[in-house]
Amino acid sequence: MKPERREKIEEALFAPLVAILIAFVAGDILMLSFNQSPFVVWRLLLEGSWGNAYGFGQVLYKATTLSFTGMAVAFAYRAGLFNIGGEGQLAAGGLAAALVGFALPVGFPAILAILLGCLGAAAAGGVVGAVPGYLRVRFGAHEVITTIMLNFVVLALLNWFIATKLRVPETLHTPEIHAGAIPRLSAILPAFHGSAANLSVIAVIITAVAMWYYMFRTRGGYELRAVGLQPDAAEYGGISVRRVLFSAMTISGVIAGLGGINFVLGYKYYYEDGFAGGTGFLGIAVALVGRNNPFGILIAALFFATLSQGGLALNAFVPKQMVDVLQGVVIIAIAASVPEVQRILLGARKRLVDKPLSESAAAPTQPPAAAV
Amino acid sequence: MTTPRTSPLAVRMHDISKSFGPVRANRNASLEVAVGEIHALVGENGAGKSTLMRILGGLLNADSGIMDVNGRDVTGWSTPDAIAAGVGVVHQHFMLVPTLTVAENLVLGKEPTRGGQFDNRRAIADVKRLGEETGLVIDGTRLISDLSVGEAQRVEILKTLYRGAKILVLDEPTAVLSPPEVKDLAQVLRRVRDGGGTVIIITHRLDEVMDLSENITVMRAGETVARFRTRDTNPAEIAQAMVGRHVRLTTREFAIVTETTPSLQRSAESHTAAADALIVRDLVVASSRKPHEVDTVSFTIHPGEIFGIAGVEGNGQTELIEAIAGLRHATTGYVGIGNRDVTAASPRERADLGLSHIPEDRQRRGLILDYSIADNLILGMQHRFTRRGALDAHAITEYARAQIAAFDIRPPDPLLPARALSGGNQQKVVVAREMGGGRDYSVLLASQPTRGVDVGAIEFIHSQLIAAREAGKAILLVSAELNEVLSLSDRVAVMTGGRFVVVMPAADATEELLGEYMTGARAAA
Repeated sequence: MKPERREKIEEALFAPLVAILIAFVAGDILMLSFNQSPFVVWRLLLEGSWGNAYGFGQVLYKATTLSFTGMAVAFAYRAGLFNIGGEGQLAAGGLAAALVGFALPVGFPAILAILLGCLGAAAAGGVVGAVPGYLRVRFGAHEVITTIMLNFVVLALLNWFIATKLRVPETLHTPEIHAGAIPRLSAILPAFHGSAANLSVIAVIITAVAMWYYMFRTRGGYELRAVGLQPDAAEYGGISVRRVLFSAMTISGVIAGLGGINFVLGYKYYYEDGFAGGTGFLGIAVALVGRNNPFGILIAALFFATLSQGGLALNAFVPKQMVDVLQGVVIIAIAASVPEVQRILLGARKRLVDKPLSESAAAPTQPPAAAV
Repeated sequence: MTTPRTSPLAVRMHDISKSFGPVRANRNASLEVAVGEIHALVGENGAGKSTLMRILGGLLNADSGIMDVNGRDVTGWSTPDAIAAGVGVVHQHFMLVPTLTVAENLVLGKEPTRGGQFDNRRAIADVKRLGEETGLVIDGTRLISDLSVGEAQRVEILKTLYRGAKILVLDEPTAVLSPPEVKDLAQVLRRVRDGGGTVIIITHRLDEVMDLSENITVMRAGETVARFRTRDTNPAEIAQAMVGRHVRLTTREFAIVTETTPSLQRSAESHTAAADALIVRDLVVASSRKPHEVDTVSFTIHPGEIFGIAGVEGNGQTELIEAIAGLRHATTGYVGIGNRDVTAASPRERADLGLSHIPEDRQRRGLILDYSIADNLILGMQHRFTRRGALDAHAITEYARAQIAAFDIRPPDPLLPARALSGGNQQKVVVAREMGGGRDYSVLLASQPTRGVDVGAIEFIHSQLIAAREAGKAILLVSAELNEVLSLSDRVAVMTGGRFVVVMPAADATEELLGEYMTGARAAA
């Protein structure tokens, strides 16, 4: 490996690893405060998640949705957009996948049905993503506000739709789909029996590879990242900033929407109100820890899924909210470590001026408090 | 490196080395500045001047070497230490709060209070008193956002003096100033010196160095390579020390003249036969400040002609260029490239019709700093390096290697991020992209093409512009450097208040004459 490349990877890994280390220490302190041995509790957490096939299957299942919502956040982020609407986009995708599943007749070819279900999920997520995208480029409405607000709108609409049109009586979910079920992983590897893990895992890996390729190997990705880094320079380079912003927000929604297949087509075979359960929001943390790189996100999603699954095993020893606390610590540590903590830890005393190479022109062109 | 000392030393930096990863910004650099002198620190971009001064100001710590201030060993001190000891650094980019007044900015961090409340009246009085002492007169009640660049800089200097600075470090203070403002600044610095202060000034401009300083330290590639007493040296000697080879200078001492100079003075008439390459008619462009930032401007440029626009910055030049480039909407008027109306065309369409553009702000517009040199070299041409949607990495790298070689971009590594380059080399990347072999253009907009660029790169960029002119390109040149406009252009316009107050053949123009038009001393003919 070329030294520069290795340095880049080390740099990318540094912050997440430090953050996890900090969470680890914080976890130790918490456990000690509950008079539990950290060693025992950590071991339990690992045994409950990676220690057996069922637990690992659950980790994979949870990581799948998180990877989708994480990649959705990262895709928008690379274009300089902050998509906080993953929750609503994910839910909309899930309902669309279920609707496709009803619409298709029993016995419809499985592969085709699954593809159509995915398409429906992607389209629904895309529509929910496109709305804030349009509002941004047409009216300049900030996407942070519009995506947050749209979550409420979308979730309320879905709730109304389920409650009034399509639920199984006495429940908050739809009837089961007729076609488009994604096979469980246990169908191939019986050891996973009972776990929710399903072949959506493959969709997630395909999405990660496609996202990486698009982002770093295509003209579209070149232009998208240019807009995210320096919109003025992108505009100067003949890139339509509005078009990029709109499409990035839409595709971000598509990716989040796709996440809906994991629960609906892969696990329950119906849509249930509130299934997203915060996964859309946790995607923000996953993207942050994964440094907005699709493969980093896969790893980060596994990490958060491990905490979540392992946390279930801890109930008897420490409150399961401790896992939420740990997640919070990781997120805070990551947020703080990009890149300031790095510098502190790397021994640089000063963080005011760190761009040494170009003399006169090195200072940022838009200092926070520029006079002119 | 030893000169006879007439007074005690204010600053002595000895054998200073500082590396940033693999980059050695300072190598055994040494600097001696006497109390009460104006000392010029000169060198090309990337020579390590700013790094050395950041070490002096406590913003960075040297890896090795020692540093004394007023005879006290202060090696490794911090910013508060430096401020307490009277070392004040005036940054090139102002650190002022635009929504506060001059007085409020001045006292920020050291606010006078009365009964626990901010004492605005005293702050204003302080500004006035300090202004009288130093000659830096400015109204303390004005908002920073209403000030011109020169005035904002004045506040920045005042702020430093207010904090008790006795050793004033200025990092390229004149880069953003108009000629009259430069003169004012020189006056101010002399007053500071005469009042017992010590001034270290970083600059590229050798005329200022000659005019202002008592002693000069030259840096090259992180080392301090020469030290001169100003009255015993000349610009040619300094320039040679800066670039390490002989450079030709005009008598104006910093405008670089190339071999093709004699042909510069061709009259405009010789072009009348050719069709116009760029046509601008009755153009009105609005800015956020005023609706007529560009106020009904008309001109044409022939192939093989350089049309220069002189004027104090902020008189509509930026908006004019942006409107021609398609980056800003024109309220009314017409822009044509050849016989094509491009008034409403996108930047991409204009580029495809043969428009190249060296933007005035390379760090905001011209480059994506986190992109590699190679990726920056294709910005605006990315569609031509695309096959079925995918970027052709091989072709991009090959192209980058060729451009890097042709334009001598250093270091010659296509994968290095643009951020890691010196200002001069960043500008070479922009120039290579807009004027290089891969570009088929007929009209070039060159906005401040040599701003913040070192002597060697200025010489190179000037020769590129002249070669492009000889190759039949139509060039619109906007520059704050009067003699750059004069020595390169065929015709010159002076822009004031959004209008051209005069357009004349460059052969008939002098700096003095243009200066009179710029300041309004002479009205439109």
